[in-house]
Amino acid sequence: MNILVCVKQVPNTKVTKIDPQLDPKTNTLIRSDIPAIANPFDEFAMELAARVKDAHEGVQITVLSMGPAQADAVLKQCLSVGGDHAYLLSDPAFRGSDTLATSFILSSAVRYLEEKEGRFDLIFCGKQAIDGETAQVGPELAEYLGYAQATYVTEVTAQDGGVEVNRETADGYERIWVQYPAVLTITKTAYEPRLPSIKSKLASIRAVIPTFTAKELGLDPEKCGLKGSRTKVIRSCNPEKKAGCMKIKEETGAESAHKLFDLLHSEHII
Amino acid sequence: MSENKNLWVYVECAEGHPKKVGLELLGEGKKLAGKIREALVAVLIGHHMDEAAKECIAYGADQVIVVDHQQYAHYKTDPYTNALYTLMEKYRPNIMMFGATNNVRDLAPRVACRAGAGLVADCTSLSLHEETGKIAWTRLSFSGNLMATAICLDTAPQMGTVRPGVFQKGEPNLERTGTMIHEEIQLPEGQIRTKLLESIREAAGSMLKLEDADIIVSGGRGLQKAENFSYVKDLADALGAAVGASRAAVDAGWIPHVHQVGQTGKTVGPKLYIACGISGAIQHQAGMSGSDVIVAINKDPEASIFDIADYGIVDDLFEVLPALTEEVKRLKAKD
Repeated sequence: MNILVCVKQVPNTKVTKIDPQLDPKTNTLIRSDIPAIANPFDEFAMELAARVKDAHEGVQITVLSMGPAQADAVLKQCLSVGGDHAYLLSDPAFRGSDTLATSFILSSAVRYLEEKEGRFDLIFCGKQAIDGETAQVGPELAEYLGYAQATYVTEVTAQDGGVEVNRETADGYERIWVQYPAVLTITKTAYEPRLPSIKSKLASIRAVIPTFTAKELGLDPEKCGLKGSRTKVIRSCNPEKKAGCMKIKEETGAESAHKLFDLLHSEHII
Repeated sequence: MSENKNLWVYVECAEGHPKKVGLELLGEGKKLAGKIREALVAVLIGHHMDEAAKECIAYGADQVIVVDHQQYAHYKTDPYTNALYTLMEKYRPNIMMFGATNNVRDLAPRVACRAGAGLVADCTSLSLHEETGKIAWTRLSFSGNLMATAICLDTAPQMGTVRPGVFQKGEPNLERTGTMIHEEIQLPEGQIRTKLLESIREAAGSMLKLEDADIIVSGGRGLQKAENFSYVKDLADALGAAVGASRAAVDAGWIPHVHQVGQTGKTVGPKLYIACGISGAIQHQAGMSGSDVIVAINKDPEASIFDIADYGIVDDLFEVLPALTEEVKRLKAKD
């Protein structure tokens, strides 16, 4: 069985509170100065894929990312926790891609890899990236490939011919069966992403990650990056911060509660 | 694309009832459609949709297009994508608006990609772009730290999803009339690549969903144990609010993940968000900083939740919450 995991390197919002800086020409994000991590949902996706590999014989996991050269760090991280092969898609022509251009580039890379190594039965993506937060690339990748899909997945049981998944709904979850080949987008699961062993960590540091450009994938640059995008950012800004908090501190907690209630009620909030 | 016309609102339904966000979008869609002098069309896919279709007209739709068949009784990607795309091909809308629920975030990108159209996700405001006459879709990203406005280029339709709760649902007018179109569309069973095995409802306490709620009361680590979530649920019940939770409370197993608000949970924007015993990590703020009014109740005066709160009580939540619940109950009893 062949599995592909798509991962994205994103700014690390855990260590710094960031006011993202924008390129005034394109209104797109300047990413270079921000410390980066693997998108948390992609780590959950990688862990679910690794669990499928643990449970079945002969599972191969390929990991794919698109981004600048330093994005090979997240690919190496995935190699240290169960990934067998990794590829980076990197080209200045990819910069500024919206979700449609991104999923087009990814789908072209999937076809390129499938031609060489055989079909992927399952493609795992994080539900969304914590920077863009669109949740569109997974379904758009599935559509470009013509594959089945399930989104908001928390559990995966691989079977013959298809996969059984739990999918989060507004008020609970549903169990659905999805035919191979399928794209699954993974939300937060009960499985904390595993840590690498010292041996696997060292091996991943030494790994050389092959990088593909638009030319190697045979891509028309007109379909990539800003040119290939169907949405255009016309304005962007850092939203205004709130004026400040009105702190309520009466003699007792109950008295503070009364005061809060009076304030909320008089402002017609409740 | 001059041949494309009309503003469509995809009104998602569950068990024959429109989701609230669909009705909210009909109100806003009506205003925008008026400005560009086009008709407002509600599009419904489901089963037993007659009442829902009438409701859409009462909420402002000039026309309703309904695809009603057993095949659509439960959401599935393949038949829903096929039905909606078939309608788009036939009627060629200019604009398509969706409420950003889980199922729409499954459906809309799939349909947009099939149409080769741009799609703007999770918008928090809409306007008309003067230069182009197109919809200007505004959204937050980057954990609420970046606000960007986008337009869709070249292709039609212009597509976007809008967060629930951004717009007010209008008052229904039962006298309104509109045209009703029924379309027969089915996907051969063999082309449906998913099977629903089971559907499980898990939401605890008040059955109100986070995405539908005007008020959310959330609990965090400060509740100390699972049983103490009753303090949060009691206040939520009194207010008619939904129950939310921080990652710490979910990871401790006090409440299911469907209640989690934050980066690895849900993003919400209610009119009032009451955070109880939540320190306010950046990851939690990412899911709720768009709320209109934020109240924080926390013993720790240094908790970062106070940085984004409008009102804060620095005190023991086990004293504050019961008193607040009583006040609310007294008010509701008066109404």
